[in-house]
Amino acid sequence: MSLYAFVGALETGLVFALVALGAYVTFRVLDFPDLTVEGSFPFGAAVAASFMAIGVNPWIATLLAMIAGAITGLVTGLLNIQFRILNILAGILTAIALYSVNLRVMGRPNIGLIGVDTVYSTIEHLGFPSFYVPVILLTAVVVVCKLFLDLFLSTGYGLAMRAAGANPRMARANGINVDRMVYLGLAIANALTALSGALFAQMLGAADVSMGIGVIVIALAAVIGGTALLPSRVVALATLACVLGSIFYRIVIGLALSSNAIGFTASDVNLVTAILVAVALYLPGCKSKHS
Amino acid sequence: MILIDKIAITFNQGTPLEMRALRGVTLEIPDGQFVTVIGSNGAGKSTLLNIVAGEARPDTGRVLADGTDITSWPIHRRASKIARLFQDPRAGICGEMSIIENMAVALSRTSPARFGFAINQSVRKLARERLSMLNIGLENRLEDRVALLSGGQRQALSLIMATLGPTKILLLDEHTAALDPAAADQVMKLTDDVVRSLGITTMMVTHSMRQALDYGSRIVMLHQGEVILDASGPDRDALEVADLLKFFQRKQGAELADDQLLLT
Repeated sequence: MSLYAFVGALETGLVFALVALGAYVTFRVLDFPDLTVEGSFPFGAAVAASFMAIGVNPWIATLLAMIAGAITGLVTGLLNIQFRILNILAGILTAIALYSVNLRVMGRPNIGLIGVDTVYSTIEHLGFPSFYVPVILLTAVVVVCKLFLDLFLSTGYGLAMRAAGANPRMARANGINVDRMVYLGLAIANALTALSGALFAQMLGAADVSMGIGVIVIALAAVIGGTALLPSRVVALATLACVLGSIFYRIVIGLALSSNAIGFTASDVNLVTAILVAVALYLPGCKSKHS
Repeated sequence: MILIDKIAITFNQGTPLEMRALRGVTLEIPDGQFVTVIGSNGAGKSTLLNIVAGEARPDTGRVLADGTDITSWPIHRRASKIARLFQDPRAGICGEMSIIENMAVALSRTSPARFGFAINQSVRKLARERLSMLNIGLENRLEDRVALLSGGQRQALSLIMATLGPTKILLLDEHTAALDPAAADQVMKLTDDVVRSLGITTMMVTHSMRQALDYGSRIVMLHQGEVILDASGPDRDALEVADLLKFFQRKQGAELADDQLLLT
């Protein structure tokens, strides 16, 4: 694996670590399998790219993308809580709807960001070596988001959210508004996902309407793989596991693709990921069956 | 004070499974009273408790707690006034969370969640203090996962959690039914101690006639959604299990043939 490929894997791993942190909140904390991310990831990219294309400051555009992502989470929450639609289906409905919304927002299937000021170029102007700028910036963003999440989950609200996911009946009996916690969790998760989409588009130099396909499986691979490698009940370690899982996953995929012996091509990545996730989900149950 | 005012509820209305679970039940429980509610399966005792807790909405009638009409309040809003223990020892706790985390969640019942740290020194101190009342060493296991505790320990923890904040009303939903006899006895005694020392208005649903007579100061018997016996004071103190059986037979003109109603 060349340095170039390694840094590329690191960048992508860091970007998707944000989706993984969001998936940790929905899948693990809230026990809500949220598939909205398939739509909120490209939505974040589309919103940020559209604003940047009309000259909005890239940082503000990225922030607006996060807010837009949070709103998509609230829509899924509304479908699930007010309309009583099954959680997984509510997310799929939002994601499908967002495909059309993304085309409307961008006005075309993709927006190029070549020659446009991005969050990365603002850092480059400060004198950092351009090759490492994405890794430096993304590391900072991921660390901030991870610490924010750890901090939030240790507050009264965060503990209430964990209880709402772990035992909703007990949570209600203890005065916790479970519905509100689901809304809040979905908003946080999809804001992180949209942030990831916005940063990914700026890294690629384009936002594309189809860039959300398979995002949820990649995030799950990070969460499940990470927590399998570093199992812990402590929130700070679990979020660390998600981040490391995302980076580890990208490096493994990078190694597999760079090895000519196996014969993988980039088009096999989704199949390999799905198999990895299935195996990772099967193994813990398999272990407990035999013990 | 709990006022259950002419509560009626029918499940599966208009279907062959239609069941009139409660047919106009009225019950006034004054401050500090410990009422035991007994009845055979399908008598409506759990439904009555669920209506007070907010898990079921009555078709007609009102529920008042402390003089406030709470009939339309959602469960989490009622929690500020009402604490409860479930039959299933897993229902009242978060198994994957530690004892101290569970205690911190329980605190949110009376003091709503905030953006401050959920667990701090004062929460730890309060948790240790209250848990030591149980004399089962839980105060030294604050970081242990609750899933590691036995059913009896979990119900004891649930009891402490339910009475952690200032509590006016406690609902006990057959909270010892899933425990082995020794643990059931211990949890029941603990419950009685706590309820007495804090003077909490308590409503306990039970299958056990013995338990219903041994604890509390008033007994209510439900049958087919109606109150058929309501005794307190000397009347109640004179009651024995045999009297309850006789009473039940006279009232129904039939042999009490329900294995679910324990005689002991």
